[in-house]
Amino acid sequence: MKVHEHQAKEVFRKYGLPVPEGYPAFTVEEAVEVAQKLGKFPVVVKAQIHAGGRGKAGGVKLAKDLDEVQKYAAELLGKTLVTFQTGPEGLPVSRIYIEEATNIDKEYYVAITLDRSKSKLIIMASAEGGMEIEEVAAKNPDAIITEVIDPFMGLRPYQARNIALKLGFPKNLINKVASVFLKLYDVYMKEDASMVEINPLVLTKEGNIVVLDAKVDFDDNALYRHPDIMEMEDPTQESELEVKAKQYNLNYIKLDGNIACMVNGAGLAMATMDTIKLAGGEPANFLDVGGSANAEQIANAFKIILSDPNVKAIFINIFGGILRCDRLAEGIIKASQEVKPHVPIVVRMEGTNVELGKKMLAESGLDLIPADTMWEGAKKAVELAQGK
Amino acid sequence: MSVLVNKDTKVIVQGITGREGSFHATQCKAYGTQVVGGVTPGKGGQDVEGIPVFDSVQEAVDNTGADCSLIFVPPPFAADAVVEAVDAGIKTVICITEGIPVNDMIPVKQYIKTYYPDTVLIGPNCPGVITPEEAKIGIMPGHIFKKGNVGIVSRSGTLTYEAAFQLSNRGIGQSTVIGIGGDPVPGTVFADVLKWFQDDPETEAIVMIGEIGGTAEEEAAEFIKEYVNKPVIAYIAGVTAPPGKRMGHAGAIIAGGKGTAEEKYKALEAAGATTVKNISFIGEAVEKALRGE
Repeated sequence: MKVHEHQAKEVFRKYGLPVPEGYPAFTVEEAVEVAQKLGKFPVVVKAQIHAGGRGKAGGVKLAKDLDEVQKYAAELLGKTLVTFQTGPEGLPVSRIYIEEATNIDKEYYVAITLDRSKSKLIIMASAEGGMEIEEVAAKNPDAIITEVIDPFMGLRPYQARNIALKLGFPKNLINKVASVFLKLYDVYMKEDASMVEINPLVLTKEGNIVVLDAKVDFDDNALYRHPDIMEMEDPTQESELEVKAKQYNLNYIKLDGNIACMVNGAGLAMATMDTIKLAGGEPANFLDVGGSANAEQIANAFKIILSDPNVKAIFINIFGGILRCDRLAEGIIKASQEVKPHVPIVVRMEGTNVELGKKMLAESGLDLIPADTMWEGAKKAVELAQGK
Repeated sequence: MSVLVNKDTKVIVQGITGREGSFHATQCKAYGTQVVGGVTPGKGGQDVEGIPVFDSVQEAVDNTGADCSLIFVPPPFAADAVVEAVDAGIKTVICITEGIPVNDMIPVKQYIKTYYPDTVLIGPNCPGVITPEEAKIGIMPGHIFKKGNVGIVSRSGTLTYEAAFQLSNRGIGQSTVIGIGGDPVPGTVFADVLKWFQDDPETEAIVMIGEIGGTAEEEAAEFIKEYVNKPVIAYIAGVTAPPGKRMGHAGAIIAGGKGTAEEKYKALEAAGATTVKNISFIGEAVEKALRGE
């Protein structure tokens, strides 16, 4: 789960990380209020969206007085911000963050995440802060300092000091910087993050260490033990259909194409999208109804994919395992009675009790187009979507 | 021949009194698997369809001689269930549970590697393992598999079924089929299973089904180059998946531009594997490979 910068910083503060004073605001009035509370100028007005690249996209402004705070707040709130990470549709700015300004001398990058090939956490740092780490990795991989964290020992203070030394911090600040890394590791472990990032970590002209931007992704699987984090979820940062799908316990991701797919299993759902593409079409979504979908869930899945106005055809691709094909057929029939589909539906069904399932669909009187293989189904769906 | 499990494997089911656990324990037993016991703390002495239930894995092992455990314990307790199994001397642990926190699995994986280097953990978040017509230890529909000489290893459950079904329909059986699961910290990776299949004299060809995210397929490609001379037929799901979105499985995500299907296909092709871009033709590709084409 992603959270906003101001929420990440709130978590960081709890762990004693050096975060500048700042407050979120949802309206222009609130923005002015919290700027007054900060009591000094200039302040930074930062758009809060679940993506990076805000600075370059005009989402971060320096305000030298209250008038400017008001002006920038009015400008940003309600705006859709398009950055290189958001895609062309952008993300809506429903809140901003007002923070005291920092006198930057030098910027650094630090992050902790899982190295999947090692099955261990790693801490990565670079003296080229402010830049995207992928960019640094591509242009100058030697500039990235990495330490592997042993699961039994945790991040050791000596490792944290070594990174600070290699980054070239002044000697009198080594312990201070190391303590930032250790606290960051604490956040990762105790809050069950899947990624924590400070970009940039700043050495100020006054010689202080400051966390200027903060990013945390939380492990969805561990949210059950963090009810306070769960409350930080912001549905405005996801598409309406994705939020709805989540409520129905469905795994749905909206895409740009016009052929909706409904599949059981994540791998098969991805393979179905790929097959549609190979057949010359574009998938409208990823949708995994799961292994234990019942008639009601199939109906909900139907509602979701049918409310995407781009959809011109539906491809249902089910490999019945433990979930039997006759149950699925029952679900499809019930769902189509409830939510009248207005586009052609191709059904490919295989596996347990497939004969019975096919018979039920054939006798249902529904206008379903059967297919024997995934490839045949995908081709038919593409033809139908193209109006052939 | 087969790898990992066969008709002599004695299985206990952890979480046997739960809905999933009792259903699948019964299904596995009906397939012919030796399901010798189950574990649910506090329910020792009961039975599930004639399968005796014990309070701890150690008690179950002492009473039944089990060497394999199939885990259905809910996510908050599943990592502990894995540790309990390996500490009790279980040699093959198959964890079906989906949704275990990643931070719980990292130390468990290191624990097994450090203290029980010969113990195998399959999963979590996987369909399990089947040696057709001998032992089904998982949640897969047994009837689509057929005994034979092709090994299948996959990160995805339903894609495993799709591949096995296509093979069986063409009369091509499978030696052993292993679902390694869709989590970011899997107990077993492609390279491990490729080694077992390469070393198994009766496995003649290997089907490998990967997906986007991580670098396990690239590491498998390295291993194939070094060690595997049997034909490998590979498919990768997620060519059309957008970056930054978790495609169902926790591990199926293109992050920081890494883990794309294109990169994985490229690595596998460079290693000499036959790649199949359209999953519907995987059966045909295996048939050709077996004919030496």
